[in-house]
Amino acid sequence: MSATAVMAHLPALAVVVPLMTAPLTVLVNRPALVWRLATLSCLLTFAVAVGLLARVLELGPFVYEIGGWAAPWGIEYRIDAFNAYVVLVVTGVSAVAMPFARRSVEREVERDRAYLLYCAWMLALTGLVGIAVTGDLFNVFVFLEISSLATYVLVSMGRGRAAPLAALRYLVVGTVGATFFLIGVGLLYEMTGSLNMADLAARIPPIADSRVVHAGFVFIVLGLALKAALFPLHAWLPGAYGAAPSAVTAFLAGTATKVAIYALLRVVFTVFGARFAFGTMAFDVLLVPLALAGILVASAVAVFQQDLKRMLAYSSVAQIGYMLLGAGLVSEAGLTGGIVHMFNHALAKTALFLALGCIAYRVGTVTVASMAGLGRRMPWTMAAFVLGGLSLVGVPLTAGFVSKWYLVQAALERDLWWVAAIVLFASVLALIYTGRVAEAAYFRPAVPGGLPDRAREAPLSMLVPVWLLVGLNFYFGIDAALSAGVAGEAARGLLGGVS
Amino acid sequence: MVPPFVPFLIAALLVPALQGRARSVLVLVAPIVGALTLVGAPEGVAWQLDMLGLTLEPVRVDRLSLIFGYIFHIAAFVGGIYAWHLRDSVQASAGLLYAGSAIGAVFAGDLLTLFVFWEVMAVSSVFLIWARGTPEAIRSAQRYLVVQITSGVLLLAGALVHLEATGSIAFGHLGLDAPGGVLILLAFGIKCAFPGLHSWLTDAYPQATPTGTVFLSAFTTKAAVYTLARGYAGTELLVWIGATMAFFPIFYAVIENDLRRVLGYSLINQLGFMVTGIGIGTEMAVNGAAAHAFSHILYKALLFMSMGAVLHMTGRINGSDLGGLYRSMPRTTVLCIVGAASISAFPLFSGFISKPMVMTAALEQGYDWVWLVLLFASAGVFHHAGIKIPYFAFFAHDSGIRTTEPPVNMQIAMLVAATLCVGIGCFPELLYAHLPFATDYSPYDASHVLAQLQLLLFSALAFAWLTLSGLYPPELRSVNLDADWVYRRLGPRLVGSAREVIGTADAAVRSAAVGGLVRLGGWLARVYGPRAPAGAAWPTHRTVAITLVLLGGYILLQGG
Repeated sequence: MSATAVMAHLPALAVVVPLMTAPLTVLVNRPALVWRLATLSCLLTFAVAVGLLARVLELGPFVYEIGGWAAPWGIEYRIDAFNAYVVLVVTGVSAVAMPFARRSVEREVERDRAYLLYCAWMLALTGLVGIAVTGDLFNVFVFLEISSLATYVLVSMGRGRAAPLAALRYLVVGTVGATFFLIGVGLLYEMTGSLNMADLAARIPPIADSRVVHAGFVFIVLGLALKAALFPLHAWLPGAYGAAPSAVTAFLAGTATKVAIYALLRVVFTVFGARFAFGTMAFDVLLVPLALAGILVASAVAVFQQDLKRMLAYSSVAQIGYMLLGAGLVSEAGLTGGIVHMFNHALAKTALFLALGCIAYRVGTVTVASMAGLGRRMPWTMAAFVLGGLSLVGVPLTAGFVSKWYLVQAALERDLWWVAAIVLFASVLALIYTGRVAEAAYFRPAVPGGLPDRAREAPLSMLVPVWLLVGLNFYFGIDAALSAGVAGEAARGLLGGVS
Repeated sequence: MVPPFVPFLIAALLVPALQGRARSVLVLVAPIVGALTLVGAPEGVAWQLDMLGLTLEPVRVDRLSLIFGYIFHIAAFVGGIYAWHLRDSVQASAGLLYAGSAIGAVFAGDLLTLFVFWEVMAVSSVFLIWARGTPEAIRSAQRYLVVQITSGVLLLAGALVHLEATGSIAFGHLGLDAPGGVLILLAFGIKCAFPGLHSWLTDAYPQATPTGTVFLSAFTTKAAVYTLARGYAGTELLVWIGATMAFFPIFYAVIENDLRRVLGYSLINQLGFMVTGIGIGTEMAVNGAAAHAFSHILYKALLFMSMGAVLHMTGRINGSDLGGLYRSMPRTTVLCIVGAASISAFPLFSGFISKPMVMTAALEQGYDWVWLVLLFASAGVFHHAGIKIPYFAFFAHDSGIRTTEPPVNMQIAMLVAATLCVGIGCFPELLYAHLPFATDYSPYDASHVLAQLQLLLFSALAFAWLTLSGLYPPELRSVNLDADWVYRRLGPRLVGSAREVIGTADAAVRSAAVGGLVRLGGWLARVYGPRAPAGAAWPTHRTVAITLVLLGGYILLQGG
């Protein structure tokens, strides 16, 4: 196949590569080999994503018809700046977390089940990328189920007895979300006879007064809000993140909720259109207060958590609030801030969870108490944690600052002083909950006999991915041309395509 | 030109990789290289770039920023010598980063760059407090950090408001009426220790390491003075704020036993002179503020270094535990007295050539009452910094402590600072030539010298008479001389009750604040803690119920 042919099939490749890897991992069934296969596949998918984004930036949005069947009968993949960006984030996080996973999984998952973890990981990646690239609502549901089912398996493989229960809880809530989404899609199909997003966007405005369409909207956005862990529908997230194996948590934290937010924004802005969603349905009246409540409550809860995985999970709930707040402000600056925060938060939070993975590998438990004296034992890991934490706080020169800059500007643009104040106040809370860890690690003396003897610096194969992400946090904090530039283009695409 | 903060940044990054003497040398090389970049630097915008859709000016040079740039380099150099013996890469790195960011802040041509350095200053400086390692230091460092970050948040908010309203992010004169002007003033005010916003300073500075306090005393507050001079010169409100700052810390300094905290209060008192000068806003007054910042950094560093030397050698810093050290630390004693003479504005010492500029400007502009307050503050500072500090540490009753002089590098650092204090005091033209505005002010005319000497001599006479006549009870040795004298004329009982009132009020405010915080913390923990309603793991059915409520509510309300 020539290079141009590969380029033409990039959208399909992004899904097919991880999808084909999944059965292969089961066939091979030898942990070391499976991991190599999965890493190769992740890197390949990431390369595809880079190609996709380059192509979109060069040529503009384009359509890929699966099997040559034209929409609205066939399924089409529609690539624009927004989903190419999201695919880049998802595959990028996976490509960084997978190399990390080998040592971490060796310690945390039984040897004879490890291949299942890699298999489920590849399926989850397939589903997440699929949601992003497809231009068909029912196809979104299919990929949503693929990724969700795989994620339940991943969560259940965590250490400890809590993992299966957390997975089950996640399954129940996730199924409710998926069902809501499906009901909404069904209602729309009944009214329009179409499942294609672009086609729906044209067919909905004439029937925008229909109660059925209203109900369809509500079902879909609530279903996706559940998957995105919008406060107060977030309760599954801390349990799932806390129980999953460390590498899996890092992978999910950077990808799963972001893709759900992508789907939510796609449906709200592209399918229904901003005028319908925010005019007729007054979606921002619901979204902005919930996002702000999430930012405040989840940050405050994070301050008091003793288990660091749960602490970061609650912090994720707050950060999801930032992303959706940006969308709820319905402006170019707001959407840019929300979308660029998907990117920046993926960088920061994955780095933090990977650092926790290093600690889990050497120490076992990841509580505030078990951090005491760790600054001397694991200097590189703890330094990475502190620097990643700075990005989460949004200190200047880190990626997190760029997002907050756009969000605060968007709030001020609409004279919402108090919204800007809440955003800035929450960064102080983030400083407190990450500072707590730094304080314990650097200034609390180790309890005699508290740290196991193997608590020394993490192996290089785990440190390199962590520091790569830490470096990127600073790179994109100083030169935001790529991250904020593409996010801006995505925001214009979302607003321009519909109004 | 190379941006002046770059040598510090590079050195801060290299320090952890070096050991021993190489590290200490690097700490000294950074300010030297940085200062060389300043020599002959042309005025104007030296570096411009476009970011986030804004035109930023990370390096802008003019006379106002240069004078602060010079003194910050000197302070970093002297602090580096003082810390030569340290084998702590965290403190060395943090100190360099802190000095570099303060220098970056005074050369920042726009509010966003200023904000970046503002935050780096906050984050790097906190390590100098943390490094002390005592539980009190760690707690105070956390309070310090929260206050500093709050200042940064306010600055960012103000900058955004300003940008939104004017479309410009440049950092020039703002004033209270400018959009975001109040927010930005509040941000500057926190770092400048405005009354009521000052407690982070007296809380945290005495807790820092002996070497850390020397750095802390130089940069944060003076960077804030610079930003005030840049943005708010001539804002009358600042005259009254400044006068209050010069006035109120005296009483706290009187009842304070920790000698480094006494210096913290006198730091605020000296800042009051600068803020007043900025508020008056004439060329003479702004010159005075800049000159006073310059000489203040030198003698305050010198005083903190001498007290740091005492703490380093004896492990104690409370006035009641010390005394009689002049026998074992004669050189430190002499150097401390030079600092004390400078802060008290003795002729031929640095305070004398800068402080009267502000006071003269106040008189010229008709602020007679302010002038009187400043005069009282001058007498007050002579007592609590000029007499109390050296007297209780080195003389007074013999505490029985026998020690030796501090390490040679500490002595050299103090000697350098003392030499500069005397040098500027004797040859003020050296400093005046670099002030923001051209000046022909001459401190050494007969009326200035006589007035200042009278003030000082009468104060000293009163002190001597009270001590000799036994009216100066041993346990009240920490009482402010001038205020003490007034109290005494009103009757000895009043002294006790005044002390009691101030002490009780102070304790009440502190305990109320602490109690409030504890209660707030308890309430937050009850609501957000791991077992509380918000923080505990929610059962699945609750999530499902919320989903249904949202579904029903949304459809019903939307259907109307």
